[in-house]
Amino acid sequence: MAKDDNGGKDQAAADSSSVERVGAPAGTAVVAQDSIANPGFPPHRLRVTDLDPKADRRAERTVYTLFYLSIVGSVFAIVAYMAFPIIPEEPDSVRLNNLFIGLGLTLALLALGIGAVHWGKALMSDHEGVDERHQVRGSDETRARAVEIFQQANDESGFGRRTLIRNSLIGALIVFPLPAVVLFRGLGPQDENPVDLLSQTMWREGTRLALDPSGIPIKAADVTLGSAIHVIPEGLQDLEHGKLEEKAKSAVLLMRLRPEDLQQRPDRVDWSYNGIVAYSKICTHVGCPVALYEQQTHHLLCPCHQSQFDVSDHCKVIFGPAKRPLPQLPIAVDAEGYLIAQSDFTEPVGPSFWERP
Amino acid sequence: MPEIKTVTSRAGRKAGRRHPMASVALIAIGLLFTGGAYAMFSTSTARAESDLSSQQTIDEGKKLFAANCATCHGLSAEGSPEGPSLIGVGAASVDFQVGTGRMPLQMSGPQAQQKPVQFTEEQTRALAAYVASLAPGPGLPDPALLGADGDAAAGGELFRVNCAMCHNVAGAGGALTEGKFAPSLAGVTEAHIYEAMVTGPQNMPVFNDMNITPEGKRDIITYLKYLENNPSPGGFALGSLGPVSEGLFLWIFGLGSVVALTVWITAKSN
Repeated sequence: MAKDDNGGKDQAAADSSSVERVGAPAGTAVVAQDSIANPGFPPHRLRVTDLDPKADRRAERTVYTLFYLSIVGSVFAIVAYMAFPIIPEEPDSVRLNNLFIGLGLTLALLALGIGAVHWGKALMSDHEGVDERHQVRGSDETRARAVEIFQQANDESGFGRRTLIRNSLIGALIVFPLPAVVLFRGLGPQDENPVDLLSQTMWREGTRLALDPSGIPIKAADVTLGSAIHVIPEGLQDLEHGKLEEKAKSAVLLMRLRPEDLQQRPDRVDWSYNGIVAYSKICTHVGCPVALYEQQTHHLLCPCHQSQFDVSDHCKVIFGPAKRPLPQLPIAVDAEGYLIAQSDFTEPVGPSFWERP
Repeated sequence: MPEIKTVTSRAGRKAGRRHPMASVALIAIGLLFTGGAYAMFSTSTARAESDLSSQQTIDEGKKLFAANCATCHGLSAEGSPEGPSLIGVGAASVDFQVGTGRMPLQMSGPQAQQKPVQFTEEQTRALAAYVASLAPGPGLPDPALLGADGDAAAGGELFRVNCAMCHNVAGAGGALTEGKFAPSLAGVTEAHIYEAMVTGPQNMPVFNDMNITPEGKRDIITYLKYLENNPSPGGFALGSLGPVSEGLFLWIFGLGSVVALTVWITAKSN
């Protein structure tokens, strides 16, 4: 058993302190004596490379071959970068480029790592050693010296004595981060109540329902039975600012069912038109787009957490973690036969937030 | 002198080419070619047009229908508790359901499964002709829209808006509720993709020509065929299923090799 120099010393100190405390009075923490004796190291076994010079040379050959292979891999990666360039018109070229550069770099790093580990395991000295952990607590001398240094620094700087300087310094440090708070607040919505932003969408009375992504308005007569149409408010495709924010709130799924399949609440009878219903596409759970519509069962499935909504019964939740039905968009038909919204959604769309009524 | 010799022999060959029989043969070949092409063209249009409306085909389809479909769909396709009415579903619906092997139904379950196609192309057409003769409905798609020669990028956008939520962004398919699923679109023929969009088979919604224009449908088909014929730029697609297959691969092979290397590094050398 070989021991490091300082390891042996630390172990001796720990042993003596535990012996001192054996007769300590009741209530004092005592380091329990280990009931299982330290078995020590298993007998040292010489490696093949220690016994057989041939094996030693073989291991050496393996290690330097691996290091040379690593050079080959690096050079290969450089060559591959030039030989397989990425051509913008050919997506296939990306694959070859990444594949061969990746193979070269993998070979370079892996051969380096395996070679180093093999060197360490098979050729470097393999004696076992004990390096005891030193105590956390410093010696009394060191602790007294540290207190002395602090004391001296306090005396020399006058930190404890000149209280006006000390307190003004603490005050300056407290005020210093405040500009960051103000600057970051400036990145958020200005002069707008976030609750209003979450509660209102682009839909207004008379806004036509339009196709996503083309923005062509939809005629009621063109919506065939069993259709599921992805809808945006007309004018959204022409927005130059905040287009995605508006789309994220106002996306709607339009479906046409047989009118006799719809179970309509009396107060919402005039919210649909001839079996055509429109519901918010934003899940009330955490806001994924709910659009997996099954036209025979009239179920809508959210792909994120498997919430299911029954379109024939005002999109009430029939399965999954969502707690509220999808908000319905009241629709009607204008004089030219186009589908229009009667108003905005009557409740905030999407997941719950703190101030939601 | 070799130069003179070659010149004379070339002149001789030229004279041979201008032989009167050559022009006769050329005209004959040209006539054969145009005639043959015209014949091929006229038969192909005739198959698409006249087959479905000829009374003989309809009668043949009626017999096939009575023997194979009437048990569930009723003797005159009026429907029964076991199967829906087929009046007004159109030839496109029949060509999709029978042509992909979904009908006749193998067994009842959450949804009709694909199985080996049971009818020949002519029989499928006859069935389609019969069902189309009952009431007007979506007809077979125009072959000009099935060439997969549209705008793949525009088709990709339409696919992501309208189809990707069920069929996966790479058309690999996905799960629906209660055992139903949206099938993978790899290997589906252009005509069947088009017919599925027009008719909305089973739980798939209908995408009529107002919702996705015929050109848009052609672009979607182009996009799907582009995905099919071009390898994934990212290497192994692992079924294009996203985090499920990719995560599984990493957990097994990535972490597996990390564990193996760790075991090797910490083992004693012998």
